Amino acid sequence: MTVIAVHATPTRWWHSRAVSRFMRHHLALVGIAMITLLVLACVLGPYALPYDSLHIDLRARFAPPLSGNHYLGTDPLGRDLAARLLMAGRISLLVGFSAMLLSTLIGTLVGVTAGYRGGWVGAALMRTVDGFLSYPSIFLVLALAATLRPSPAMITVIIAVTSWMETARIVEAEVRSLREREFVQAARMVGLSRRHIMFREILPNAMGPIIVAASLAVARAILLEAYISFLGYGIQPPLPSWGNMLNGAQQYLASAPWLAIIPGAAITIAVTSFNFIGDGLRDALDVRNDHI
Amino acid sequence: MSGFLLNRLSQSIVLLVIVSIIGFTVLNLMPGGPLAQFGLDPGMTQKDVERLAAQLGLNRPLWIQYLDWAWRLLQGDWGHSFRDGSSVLTIIGRHLLATLLLMGTSTAFAIAVGAWIGIRGATHRYSLFDYCATAGAMVALSVPTFWFGLIGIYIFTLKLGWVPAGNMYTIGDGSVLDYLHHLILPSLVLSLVHVAVWSRYMRTATLDALSQDFVKTARAKGVSERRILLKHVVGNALLPMITLAGMQLPSILTGALVTETVFTWPGMGRLFLDSLGYSDYPVVMGLLIFSAILVVLGNLIADIIIATVDPRIRLG
Repeated sequence: MTVIAVHATPTRWWHSRAVSRFMRHHLALVGIAMITLLVLACVLGPYALPYDSLHIDLRARFAPPLSGNHYLGTDPLGRDLAARLLMAGRISLLVGFSAMLLSTLIGTLVGVTAGYRGGWVGAALMRTVDGFLSYPSIFLVLALAATLRPSPAMITVIIAVTSWMETARIVEAEVRSLREREFVQAARMVGLSRRHIMFREILPNAMGPIIVAASLAVARAILLEAYISFLGYGIQPPLPSWGNMLNGAQQYLASAPWLAIIPGAAITIAVTSFNFIGDGLRDALDVRNDHI
Repeated sequence: MSGFLLNRLSQSIVLLVIVSIIGFTVLNLMPGGPLAQFGLDPGMTQKDVERLAAQLGLNRPLWIQYLDWAWRLLQGDWGHSFRDGSSVLTIIGRHLLATLLLMGTSTAFAIAVGAWIGIRGATHRYSLFDYCATAGAMVALSVPTFWFGLIGIYIFTLKLGWVPAGNMYTIGDGSVLDYLHHLILPSLVLSLVHVAVWSRYMRTATLDALSQDFVKTARAKGVSERRILLKHVVGNALLPMITLAGMQLPSILTGALVTETVFTWPGMGRLFLDSLGYSDYPVVMGLLIFSAILVVLGNLIADIIIATVDPRIRLG
């Protein structure tokens, strides 16, 4: 219903009910603010810092936070943690965001096709979704990451290929309920092609749930990248990512706890923000809350 | 009941077939396929690899290979480890109990605490407690499990010295108390995310149940609020938790893998990572399939339990 309201006021979308509801969702606004800050810091921050993320200084190993110009301390090679954190943020956020785009694309294609076609095509597609969902995601991701070459692009593809199913399920249900509506019947009667009906008539009306799922998918993709990089099968050094910065941190937990605390806090802040945004979008776009 | 069972069983079998096809595809997606580990062996020529492929039947059409592989899975022949030659199922069996112990403890804890938070949030709606629980749950869902584990070790092992940093038991001790002592921190760490999920779910379910007619009737009869909550509301809200627990299985297994790594817990997750490190593909593939089978069976069992307890489901 809300989506129709959005369409009814095409010129001033920012006056729509959805936007005003989103603006009242405090946690979502906090999320937007934190992500904006984080992205700005990761993009611009490295130019402002006194050290390069790859600069090794063996005399400054294990410097604790706030020592000299090393605001967040240094790692076992004496590299500046702040610089590495921000460079890692670029990679982690980029991987998370790209994986979301790809998985949303796959999930939407599968969901729209399964929901509109129905019949054995729909059944086969949705049983495939069930099959993928039966695998604990990390087992599948690790098995693939360990055998394929783990470049950032490949990690992105692997994460997307193992996390499109939620979107597919949501879109399929939405499309199935829209399929018999009058405007679709009208489109069919006018003789529009199946592809046109699926992607031009039905899809725009299913955007709400897709957007909500996408914002939560970024959060999941960032987490998944962190998991596999932490375990050593994700982004490979010297390229930093929040996950692989934590990879060696456990052995220095007693002597240099900041090595573990700081990158983990960055992951938590980023993921929390996207979850807040997703929650706000769910309220704003009036999407029924079926799962967390 | 038997109709429901039969229906549900056949669904699970279809699902297992699809799961096995996905697993087989992953196996063959690996560069070089199942013989990938010989690609780097300088003692093996291209001829040797081809001979081996012919010997193992890897030059046959893919669908015949799949049927052969699936048939051997069914017979319990899951292949042998490259590392020590013992059968894959035996190795998995050796690590299964540790994982189930960890998962079981943390799930029980998560359900108990999550249910309490959820019910309190619903009965004290929009209170400070409810607000904190909502925001807290969202943060808890965002904390990487391994990071929470590291922080836990830092505080409770390194700073306070309350619990050991890892392993399942102290060598030379191994009493029940010793096992429990080692179990506390990893199961707490693993349960965090699920406390969040279950508290959110329980809050919604309790609110749902509270608005039902039978609650109004009970109130009209003069039943005390406490009794209404315990007898009418909690029971109705708790029941679907069984289904939810089944649906959460993949994410619990994912969490278990990470937790086991941080705490050097000798379960399936650690075995999986070790096997990846040694390129021990039969064990990797075995665990991959095994974890999915565990999920399918878990969901089936959850549905059967729920149908036994709740007549509305098996009859409706």
